[in-house]
Amino acid sequence: MKSALRSLIDESVTIIREVAAEFERPAMLFSGGKDSVVMLHLAARAFSPARVPFPVMHIDTGHNFAEVIEFRDRAARDLDVQLIVGSVQASIDAGRMQDATGPRASRNPLQTVTLLDSIKEHKFDAVFGGARRDEERARAKERVYSHRDAFGQWDPKTQRPELWGIYNGRHKAGEHFRIFPISNWTELDIWQFVADYNIDLPSIYYAHRRQVFRRDNMWMAVSPFLQPEPGETVTEELVRFRTVGDATCTAAIESSATTIQQVIAETAAARITERGATRADDRISEAGMEDRKRTGYF
Amino acid sequence: MERLHFATVGSVDDGKSTLIGRLLYDSKSIFEDQLEHIEAVSKRRGDDYVDLSLLTDGLRAEREQGITIDVAYRYFATPKRSFIIADCPGHIQYTRNMITGASNADLAIVLVDARTGVVEQTRRHSLLVSLLGVPHLVICVNKMDLVEYDSAVFNRIREEFEGFASRLDLRDVTFLPISALAGDNVVSRSANMPWFEGPTLLHHLENIYTASDDNRIDTRFPVQYVIRPQRADTLDYRGYAGRVAGGMLRVGDDIMVLPSGLTSTITGIDSPDGPVEQAEPGQAVTVLLKDDLSITRGDMLCRPNNRPRTSQELEAMLCWMDDAAPLQLDKIYTVKHTTKLARGKVSNVLYRLDISNLHRETEINELKFNEIGRVTLHTTSPLFFDDYHQNRTTGSFILVDESSGQTVAAGMLLSPRS
Repeated sequence: MKSALRSLIDESVTIIREVAAEFERPAMLFSGGKDSVVMLHLAARAFSPARVPFPVMHIDTGHNFAEVIEFRDRAARDLDVQLIVGSVQASIDAGRMQDATGPRASRNPLQTVTLLDSIKEHKFDAVFGGARRDEERARAKERVYSHRDAFGQWDPKTQRPELWGIYNGRHKAGEHFRIFPISNWTELDIWQFVADYNIDLPSIYYAHRRQVFRRDNMWMAVSPFLQPEPGETVTEELVRFRTVGDATCTAAIESSATTIQQVIAETAAARITERGATRADDRISEAGMEDRKRTGYF
Repeated sequence: MERLHFATVGSVDDGKSTLIGRLLYDSKSIFEDQLEHIEAVSKRRGDDYVDLSLLTDGLRAEREQGITIDVAYRYFATPKRSFIIADCPGHIQYTRNMITGASNADLAIVLVDARTGVVEQTRRHSLLVSLLGVPHLVICVNKMDLVEYDSAVFNRIREEFEGFASRLDLRDVTFLPISALAGDNVVSRSANMPWFEGPTLLHHLENIYTASDDNRIDTRFPVQYVIRPQRADTLDYRGYAGRVAGGMLRVGDDIMVLPSGLTSTITGIDSPDGPVEQAEPGQAVTVLLKDDLSITRGDMLCRPNNRPRTSQELEAMLCWMDDAAPLQLDKIYTVKHTTKLARGKVSNVLYRLDISNLHRETEINELKFNEIGRVTLHTTSPLFFDDYHQNRTTGSFILVDESSGQTVAAGMLLSPRS
């Protein structure tokens, strides 16, 4: 009898191979976050013993956790893939957009400009993303092959029907596809894979002591990019990160889970969703993610 | 246990999204922040109760109109099994999305409003479930609370449905009286319907046996990608990657390659976990052969004594999905079938199926949006295929409009009528 995880791996590997076979210039988004790490490991297994036949790309806001950037470089080296970094800072310096300012500024929304510029620069026609449908309401509606027009826009009303395992990647010059090979994985499936295959992750996914302060009912980490406002008190807590993104909008959770098995136990018992617990960027509005996706976000 | 992939379909207001919300809520698969969110939205809109449909209706337009527009996928697990739900739109305008959600499903739940009984949408959805070959069907007679939990209402709807369904190809149908809003017979047994002795919906979903639904007899392996590492240590490696579409592959098996007809022997099978001795339907593997043959994407491996049908002239049931233009006879479309791309044209519509009464209308020369018909398809190169009812993978294809790039039709290949 096949296990549920086994079928997920088979499905993801099939999607990754299909894209490599049908598109001219694919690339895989890779942030060093757990979902993209699992996706890259699946790609490595899809083409073994050959190398992964496309580069990985990170859109770096310049405001990421140092541990994660260090991990990103090491993982790309270990898995023998080419790493392309698209820099939000470089986009700002080039005048493509203005930096976010103010006490609660976040560069998270600025990533879209750099992402679309990088896709154009490298002429990528398919970009893999590690989004999962269980993460968020708008993502639950998105296809595995998600068409983007010349402006990088997603239009939920004209999504192509996606039947059986047949994917339609036809596009015009200048358009591209976002490909989500781990659409059907849940947070727990990701951790089960990390456990079964002994996958290395950035250390901040496991419990550690860190300087944090309370904001909007979340634990935000003190960093060069995020400082407490007057009235917000810094304390040292035992925390870990459930998701890893830009340091200005990713919160930590209180946790003593230092091993994979402890994280799995904690995830299985969690009563709050991954993004709900930790992502300030989703709290903007009821349709925050849908609105960002429409304009080209991941 | 294998994950169960099920689709929920029903008319507008049958309470599909509420049923899913109930399944998630009562199986404790809803998270606190999701519940807080929908409680806040319900309150702001002035609803009398927490509207569980807000859990699945994620798009702005859906919330505005209070209907499901697109397939939404939800995930939940009980200690017995994990589930993927494809929540499909019921409105006629979104039938193509219902087909999308049901094409991969092991089981479909069709909701019927106890007050209105079997309506045109019920017949339409059940016909689609039958055409798509979904192995198991559950008819949930919902809103039993609004008919005073009357067994006569349930039995009448059941008889009505059976009268209609006898003309469909449905292998396994189960009827359940429920109230998604009140929670009767969804996760817990209903105290309001002691006359019903069947299982709850969740119990049925947890225990239904699906392993025998795969075709494990007819070996089919569409070649997806050729792996040839350009590295010094593996120069001789030449592997054919793909997903097993039917039957079993075993090391030592004799195979035949289509279209060339050349034969060889399997010397190795690599899975994502390393070498394995055999592979079953659904597994993604790389096959190594004894002989150095010319094999490319779109070819198919099978057993020499059990081959798929090979033809450039095919018969299919075609669901037209393009709202921009109808099917045009003799127009060239791209055909995508397993890993193979071809071009093709529909030369003839044998009949159009009236999905409300199953009448076959002949002398038709186009299919409009959401219409279904039996057609003759000619392709530029031969397809290697099986009857859809034998194999959902090698029996299915899509048509792509070459100028718009849209997926305009879904097709199911059938044996020519005798």
